[in-house]
Amino acid sequence: MNNPQQFNAVETKSLRKCFGEKVAVADLSLSIRRGEVFGFLGPNGAGKTTSVKMLLGLVAPTSGQGWLLGRPLGDPLSRAKVGFLPEHFRFHDWLTASEFLTLHADLYQMSKTVSQPRVKALLELVDLTPFAGQKLHTFSKGMLQRVGLAQALLNEPDLVILDEPTSGLDPVGRLLVRDIIHQLRERGATVFLNSHLLSEVEITCDRVAFIKHGVVIQTHSLVDLMENGLTLEVRARPLEPEVTGGLSQWGRQVRQDGERVTMTLESEDQIPAVNHYLLDHGAEVFALYPHKLSLEDLFIQVVGTDGGL
Amino acid sequence: MTIWVMARLTFREAARRKILLAALIFGLLFLVIYSLGFYLIRQEYNRSVDLSQQSLMVHEMSNFLVMAGLYTVNFLTVMMTVLTSVDTLSGEITSGTIHTLVSKPVKRWEILMGKWLGYVGLLTLYLVMMAGGVVLAVFLIAGYTPPNLLAGLSLMWLTCLLLLSVSFFGGSQFSTLANGVMVFGLFGIAFIGGWIEQFGALVKNDTAISVGIISSLILPTEALWRRAAFEMQSPLSTMLGGATPFSSISVPSPLMVIYAGVYILVALVLAVRTFSRRDL
Repeated sequence: MNNPQQFNAVETKSLRKCFGEKVAVADLSLSIRRGEVFGFLGPNGAGKTTSVKMLLGLVAPTSGQGWLLGRPLGDPLSRAKVGFLPEHFRFHDWLTASEFLTLHADLYQMSKTVSQPRVKALLELVDLTPFAGQKLHTFSKGMLQRVGLAQALLNEPDLVILDEPTSGLDPVGRLLVRDIIHQLRERGATVFLNSHLLSEVEITCDRVAFIKHGVVIQTHSLVDLMENGLTLEVRARPLEPEVTGGLSQWGRQVRQDGERVTMTLESEDQIPAVNHYLLDHGAEVFALYPHKLSLEDLFIQVVGTDGGL
Repeated sequence: MTIWVMARLTFREAARRKILLAALIFGLLFLVIYSLGFYLIRQEYNRSVDLSQQSLMVHEMSNFLVMAGLYTVNFLTVMMTVLTSVDTLSGEITSGTIHTLVSKPVKRWEILMGKWLGYVGLLTLYLVMMAGGVVLAVFLIAGYTPPNLLAGLSLMWLTCLLLLSVSFFGGSQFSTLANGVMVFGLFGIAFIGGWIEQFGALVKNDTAISVGIISSLILPTEALWRRAAFEMQSPLSTMLGGATPFSSISVPSPLMVIYAGVYILVALVLAVRTFSRRDL
């Protein structure tokens, strides 16, 4: 059990994918432990979807290696205990909700005696029981996403890969996704969450990876993130550029917008020093707002304001 | 197991999208009109032809009309095969519905072969209904059955499998429209090549015959039809050897039938290979 590729839910080593000249994913190296809720973040076009597709065997990597639940990528058995909700949730919309779920249960090779009660329970879980016999083309985007989510849970998966599960969902739907992720965590399943919605990731994930230009540039534990560092927002005037520049002795990422400055501090203890510095340099201080570092702050810090373009 | 699931899904899709219903309604309409026409011509014949010659002439006329019917059925089955199957892979790839299928613990060849078998089932039903209807109508009205019926219908069925497999091969890599253009383009080459061969044989021009044979090698659909027509035409028209769409002068050899079988196999293997390796 010491071998990470056997033990981890997802293990990839330098996965790379080129489409002709274009490098979609340059270096995807990930280790996701079993039972973890893992957020996968990055700007549009960073290679998130291609990465997910490589994990699921939809796209063959140009080079590199990877394992899903201990089996090499591309091996159909690596997907036996995996559930997947694709981003655009396009399904065979001439099927009814319960036919759709039964079809996918069949593809998981589940017997009817197992799948029938399971389909019922899942429809109940995603609040679609009254619509079980209705065809999917009559469903709203939110309902499609729910039935897609149920589809991803059919086989009691050990790993669930959700590609943008909450985009297009109303607040109630988002809450449902959050509940389901919570239940999966309780059960010891691993969740791989690809999402743009940072607030969503912040609430649900244990750890996040940032991908930019097709490379995993950092992984962070969100628990550490919350404990380490804070953002300080300063309102003062006048703020000469050299005065603002001097603030970088305490904080990283000093940004000025008129008489407002935001900066990232190591700890609260530094706030009085910042205050003194500003007063000593002839600025009048109107406000000092410290707040916990948010995932958004971290995202901007890691990925940059250019959005990785 | 997956193959069976996919084959059933293909049937269900045809039913839900009203393809089965449309094929049934217009197929039956075709058979009604065909039977009516056949009946009226037969009535007229009974009146005008001398009784002593009737038996032979009725056979010839019945054979001509049954072959005309089957020729139309062959053409309709070709259209049906291409139109229904041309979008089945590329359509699912473009829309993204394929993602939830192939991300299951299944092999891609099982998805492809399941769909293929589903279409084989659907098209077989269609061919049996249409060709069977034509043959039955002629039998009931004139008491006539063309010779080597089973061999002839099997060759028509082989034409359908051939186009289906080519359409699957195209669908594994091209867009729906490009695939349609390719399959009908190949069919057109085979069709005109078949006629060049017929007229080449009529005017005894070997180069024209060779052009026809080469076009049959590109796609042996027309060769299969002409072999089928040769099997089912009356001994008299075989002897006279006229060039009509429903009969053959230059008869494709049984080797062409084996070639068609190999063609189907190769098209399917290539389809599976391309589909299994491509990024989705």
